[in-house]
Order: sequence, then structure tokens, then C-alpha cells
Amino acid sequence: MNSNKFDIQGLSVYFQKEQLLRSIYLKVPLHKILGIIGPAGSGKTTFLRALNRMNDLEYGLVVRGLVLFDGEDIYRPEYDVVALRKRVGMVFALPVPLPMSIYDNIVYGPRLAGINEKSRLDVLVEKSLKAAFLWDEVKDRLKTSGMRLSGGQQQRLCLARVLAMEPDVVLLDEPCSGLDPISTAKIEEALTELKKEYTIILVTNNTKQAARISDITAFFLMAELIEFGPTEIIFTAPRDKRTNDYITGRFG
Amino acid sequence: MRIPPRYTQRAAMTVLGGATFLTLVILVFIIVFVFEKGLPVISFNFLFSNSEDMGRAGGIFPTLIGSLLLPLLAIIIATPLGICTSVYLTEYTRESRMTRVIRFGTDCLAGIPSIIFGLFGFIFFVTTLGMGWSILSGGLTLAFMILPTIIRTSEEAIKAVPTSYRQVSYSLGATRWQTVKKVILPNALPGILTGVMLGIGRSIGETAAVIFTAGSSLRLPGSIFDSTRTMAVHFYILAREGISSENAYGTAATLIIAVLLVNLTAYWLMHLFISKRS
Repeated sequence: MNSNKFDIQGLSVYFQKEQLLRSIYLKVPLHKILGIIGPAGSGKTTFLRALNRMNDLEYGLVVRGLVLFDGEDIYRPEYDVVALRKRVGMVFALPVPLPMSIYDNIVYGPRLAGINEKSRLDVLVEKSLKAAFLWDEVKDRLKTSGMRLSGGQQQRLCLARVLAMEPDVVLLDEPCSGLDPISTAKIEEALTELKKEYTIILVTNNTKQAARISDITAFFLMAELIEFGPTEIIFTAPRDKRTNDYITGRFG
Repeated sequence: MRIPPRYTQRAAMTVLGGATFLTLVILVFIIVFVFEKGLPVISFNFLFSNSEDMGRAGGIFPTLIGSLLLPLLAIIIATPLGICTSVYLTEYTRESRMTRVIRFGTDCLAGIPSIIFGLFGFIFFVTTLGMGWSILSGGLTLAFMILPTIIRTSEEAIKAVPTSYRQVSYSLGATRWQTVKKVILPNALPGILTGVMLGIGRSIGETAAVIFTAGSSLRLPGSIFDSTRTMAVHFYILAREGISSENAYGTAATLIIAVLLVNLTAYWLMHLFISKRS
């Protein structure tokens, strides 16, 4: 059994004449948290969105190289993108609850997948809200609009919504950028629990967050992957001077 | 010399407020004018009995039915066509030369005088397709007339749905159609309804295009293949031929009330829909 969920070989992304990612080689191991750090514009988000092919929605982006998910090339023309996105869920930087109830937000994905029995959906809602550490706060008002929640709750709702699809991988794009420290702590707590069952890739602007919860850390700079390895090594003895400069806060 | 801001502020308030007041006065004046002459004419008999002597006597029931059926048919035809077109233009195609040409075309179409649509309907539906002067010909013509409005307002409404909703929907494994059905259309619905309302408003008051295509028969239509007369046409004929200015104003007042009712219903529906969702 291959212990790598994703195996990325020579991934490059271009937008018109600009190169957003330069030949990235990276393996993402199963049931670990991969933290991706780097300054704004370094290609972190582009990389993340290449993994569930959200970049497809952006007109004019060209993707080269190989992205293997469970050994399968997801950029093969006949590859089922909808099925891919069900297995590789994504939480965006800004919490975006759909304008419907908390319950409906969570069952959005499962319903699309054809699950309609109320009992099964109820179980999914409870399970994923618990996993996102939100159940206790909303269990009595599942029918109220998801937009009525606070920012931190909304983001956990978005996480629960992804978990309800029972994906293999959860991609998070700076999920705590707009949140207060307590909400952030709750999300981090949830993620640490979740890695037992899921493979997690976390893009973050907050270097300390990567140091706290990721098992492996990758450092992106100007469209390139500068360095990646076990988090404790990246943060204590990075090989590259630029990594050292970044994590010690000398730039970025 | 510089005018102190508090004076310009006061001047701006006077001008803006004055303009609003003037608009209101004109509107109220028109409505009061028509109602003053028309309301005394309206009675149960006036609304629900057939016309006699070309409208000189009797009621306006046939024209009430005509004014109900024509816009209804037009809306039934134009709404699905318009929504499908706007969804296709916004969600299924990229901004390109082609979509710009289509958009420009619909904008031009929206500005064409209704009588041109009437002439087209007369030549195409009434004569060439042999539908004659009928509710069907009139409804189809009105449908084409209001189609551009519905397309453009629906398009704007769809574009106003945040991109992030689409992203979330796709990221949760939705196909394009599922995203349209579950996220985009429900959120664009109030805007789309506005377009439909504008369409109803335009078609209910339309005269020129209707005379050419639905005719002006004052009999109660038996089917959509019969000719009919709408309130607007009735008013025009009564006033124009000098048949009965009293009944003309009665018809006009009824028409205004009808439009008012349609708008109120629409607002109520929209409100119901919005409050149910949030």
C-alpha cells in the first residue's frame, strides 16, 4: 500500500506569460498534516487548488506536470473531477456559508452524492459538527441560517460541511486568517484530531500555526518549493537560508 | 469665491428633495386624475358584464379576460426561455466576442418600439403562420417583446450571486447544473422576478403590438385561437373613436388597479421567499 496520498511530480502552473508554480515535487503522506508556509503570492494557494482542480474554474490557467492522487493522474482528460472534489474537500480562506440553514449547509455535499434518507443525513450532521467542534454551540438551532453564526463558527461550519462528504483529504486555504485566537485554537484542535482519519493540507500565513500543528512543512517562495521536511527540522535546522529568514521573520 | 459647505449642503438637499417631491406630485396627479374620472364608473356590473354597443354601454369583462390572458401567455413563454438563455450566457459560456454580440443584440431588441414587434407579429404569426388575430399570436408577440428585458435582468441577478458560492458548491462536488439549480437560481430569484414583473407591466399596458396581433374583438374569447381585446386597447379605441370617455376612464382606472395588484402580489411573493430563506 502506497503511504502517499498525493504524489506531485514536476507541477507547473502558468497564467498567460506568468509562471505561478515552478516544477514542484512533493509527496503528501497519509494521515498527516502538511503545512504550507510562504509569503503572499508565493503560489501556496495555486498549489492547493491544483490538488482538487479548483484551478479549472479559472480561465487561462495552464497546468503541466503530474499530480497523482492514490496513484492516479488527476489531470488525465477522462478523470472525473466531480468525484475528485468529493474525495478532496476544501475550506476557503473566508468562511462562506451558503445562504441556507446550518443543517442544509452540511448536507449539501451528501445530498449531491445522492444520500437522501433523513436518518443518515442526521447522523452525518451530528458527526461532522462534532468533529469540527461546533455541535455543542449549534445543536439546538440547526434550522437557523448558517449566515447568522459568528465568523469563527462559520468557518467551523465550513469545515463540518467538508467533513460531511467523508473525504480522504481536506485542503485548507488560510482557514484562520480572519479569525480570533480562540476560534483559531478550536480549528487547530479539530485538525489535530482529524488527522487520524484524514490527510490534511493546510496553507497558512501564520508560521507559528504551521509549527504548532503540522507534521511536515513546505516552504514556498516566488512560485518555487524551497524546502520541505518534518516540521521540527524545518523550524529548527532549515537547510536553506531563505527558509530560515522567513521563519525567523526577517522577511515576508 | 468659495461657497461655504453648509450652503452647498443645503442647496443639494433642496434640489434632491425637490426633484423627489416633483416626481411624486406628477405621479399622484396622474393617478388622482384618472381615478377621479374613472372610479365612479367602476362597479361590479362594469367589471363583470359584457360590453354592449361597442363599449358605449355594458361592462368590460371581455377586456379584463384579454388583459389577463395575453400577459399570462407571454410570461409563460418568455420566462423559461429568458431564464435558460441568461443561465447559458452567464454560467455556461465565457465572456467572449460571441456573448458580447448576443448581449448587444438583446439590448437593441429591448429598445425597439413595440409597434415594430406588432408589425412583425402581424406578418409572421398572424399571416405567415396563419394563426390569425388571436390570443396565441398576441401572446407570442408580447413574449418576444419582453424577452430581452427578462434576459437582461436575469443575467444581472445571476451575476450578482457571489462567486464564492459557486466555488463552494463546486468544491463540494457539485456539477455545473447542480450549482445552477441549488445555489445560483434560488439566490438570483428575487432579481429574476423583478424582470418578470417588468415584463408583466410592459405587456399588460401594451397597445400597439396587441392591436396588430390579437385584434380587438369585444367578444369573450372561447380559446387561445380567438381574437381578444385588452383593457389598454379598449381604452384606446373608446377614447380615440370618441365612443365613451366615461367608460374609457373606467377602463383606465381598472388597468391601473390591476397593475398595482400585480406589483403588490409580486412584492409579497418576493418578501415571502426572502424571509423564508434567511
